[in-house]
Amino acid sequence: MTDRTGTDTADALSCTGLAYSFGGARAVDGVDLTVAPGEVFGLLGPNGAGKTTAIRAITTLLPVPAGMVQVFGLDVARERMAVRRLLGYVPQQLSADANLTGRENVELFARVYDVPRRERAPRIVQALEAVGLGDAADRMAGTYSGGMVRRLELAQALVSAPRLLILDEPTIGLDPIARTSVWDRLTEVRAATGMTVLVTTHYMDEADQYCDRLALMHRGRVRALGTPGRLKAELADRRARSGEADGPAPTLEDVFRHFAGSGLTDEQAGGEFRDVRNTRRTASRVG
Amino acid sequence: MSATPVVPRPGSAESPAAPAAGLLGVPPRARPGWRVFPARVGAMCVVELQKLRHDRTELYTRAVQPALWLLIFGETFTRLHVIPTGGIPYLDYLAPGIIAQSAMFIAIFYGIMIIWERDSGVLPKLLVTPTPHSALVAGKAFAAGVKSVIQAVVVILIAAVLGVAMTWNPLRLLGVVVVVVLGSAFFSCLSMSIAGIVLTRDRLMGIGQAITMPLFFASNALYPVALMPGWLQAVSKVNPLSYQVDALRGLLLGTPSHLWLDFGVLILAALAGIAAASSLMGRLAR
Ligand SMILES: Nc1ncnc2c1ncn2[C@@H]1O[C@H](COP(=O)(O)OP(=O)(O)OP(=O)(O)O)[C@@H](O)[C@H]1O
Ligand SMILES: [Mg+2]
Repeated sequence: MTDRTGTDTADALSCTGLAYSFGGARAVDGVDLTVAPGEVFGLLGPNGAGKTTAIRAITTLLPVPAGMVQVFGLDVARERMAVRRLLGYVPQQLSADANLTGRENVELFARVYDVPRRERAPRIVQALEAVGLGDAADRMAGTYSGGMVRRLELAQALVSAPRLLILDEPTIGLDPIARTSVWDRLTEVRAATGMTVLVTTHYMDEADQYCDRLALMHRGRVRALGTPGRLKAELADRRARSGEADGPAPTLEDVFRHFAGSGLTDEQAGGEFRDVRNTRRTASRVG
Repeated sequence: MSATPVVPRPGSAESPAAPAAGLLGVPPRARPGWRVFPARVGAMCVVELQKLRHDRTELYTRAVQPALWLLIFGETFTRLHVIPTGGIPYLDYLAPGIIAQSAMFIAIFYGIMIIWERDSGVLPKLLVTPTPHSALVAGKAFAAGVKSVIQAVVVILIAAVLGVAMTWNPLRLLGVVVVVVLGSAFFSCLSMSIAGIVLTRDRLMGIGQAITMPLFFASNALYPVALMPGWLQAVSKVNPLSYQVDALRGLLLGTPSHLWLDFGVLILAALAGIAAASSLMGRLAR
């Protein structure tokens, strides 16, 4: 039996000039990035930056031409079904079915990923226990708290043992304890399975703490790319060069503001873009 | 093999999954292609039954309207004797029409449901699973059929209580189940197709209401087609509901009908509906 995925050394995800327009509006405007197997990759950017659109292109929901997106060496446009078998997806909205129990919600996904009958029950239990919902499994999902719904969705995505898990703002609207809980569960499962994670978030502390590398998007493009440490160090460098040294060391939020800050004119945006290309070169050297 | 992969590859039995990961480290093997379709249809029907088990109120509230039709409209016109029914009481004549009507109302709701699922993220999540659009649509269509059959049982019981003389021949009842499923599959696909075109719930609700009543009145559900003006007869001829009612009458009451034609039309309508709704599913994914 031949391996359905490309070479063993293929990137978990690679986007080459990924672009998508809604009518005339270019929501994603030429994104290049690669995610290495086993990495936790964070996609940051202000509202409307194009993060969700990029994710929807990667998850086969939006039609993109061949050659733009590859998942473990498989072209998303050409091998939809094979790509989908490698993916787990948690969309931005809270999307568990309120009229089913937690267990039934996960069961549906076990079925549509062709989990054989005798393996179904234990696999569903393992997925629910992995996210700490073992005890609440037979309650209706409509009675779950926001944090529990998010963990249930994680279980739905995990039941098929995805190699690339894609989470669109998994901690949106959650309290700090629920946020930590989502990330802790995710970290545990990842340690056990070695899966790759692509995640978007507006919480800079999460990005800093949990992501191996980050891409900062703004207006459909990647403006900065690298490890959280490197992104911060580069901003410190830049500040030192322009003479505003002695302040406190920049945080990831400062980096975010620097690249996505409000008063960005088109002229400056052009300047930023050059910077980004530099950053990207450094990142690939480090990477 | 060059390097040991960090993660297990799908479908490889000897995959070096870390024991700590248990089954969550082992991707399930894909079913052979031809089994994907029935498996997805089964999965959608199971979900429908699970939902019905948790909450039966819809089953009861939806039984009110057909009961009123039979009780008020049916009983009254049975006494009036104004509609030529070929010698059977009007209430009996009406019952199959009301079964078809209640099934159609359930099926039409599926378009609204799929828009709701789209907006809530449930549909996008399903569309990212290895489920072809046609299998998803067929799954929804047959789920509508399952729900309609359960509803039909309720209406048949109400009709029986009101004294309608229907067959209890299991083979004929099986035929009734098939007819109800096919009709619901068509109407749910019609509704999902419109959903794929208009994309918003408000517009669909308006259109849904604007088409269900005409579909019902431009059919043989309430009166024989022969009574209608010419143009309405033409509409009735292309209305699958008429064929569904004709088959139900033939099966349940033993009145003269065109079972082969009815089944043929309903099967073609269901297939065409599934094809149309699947081709529009991409618009709902976007
Ligand atoms: N279905 C759509 N039709 C038209 N325009 C859209 C659609 N979806 C997104 N857009 C536009 O595309 C751009 C990118 O949107 P997107 O949702 O990808 O941003 P985002 O980075 O995910 O933002 P957020 O952080 O708010 O989730 C925005 O300008 C948005 O208005
Ligand atoms: Mg978004």
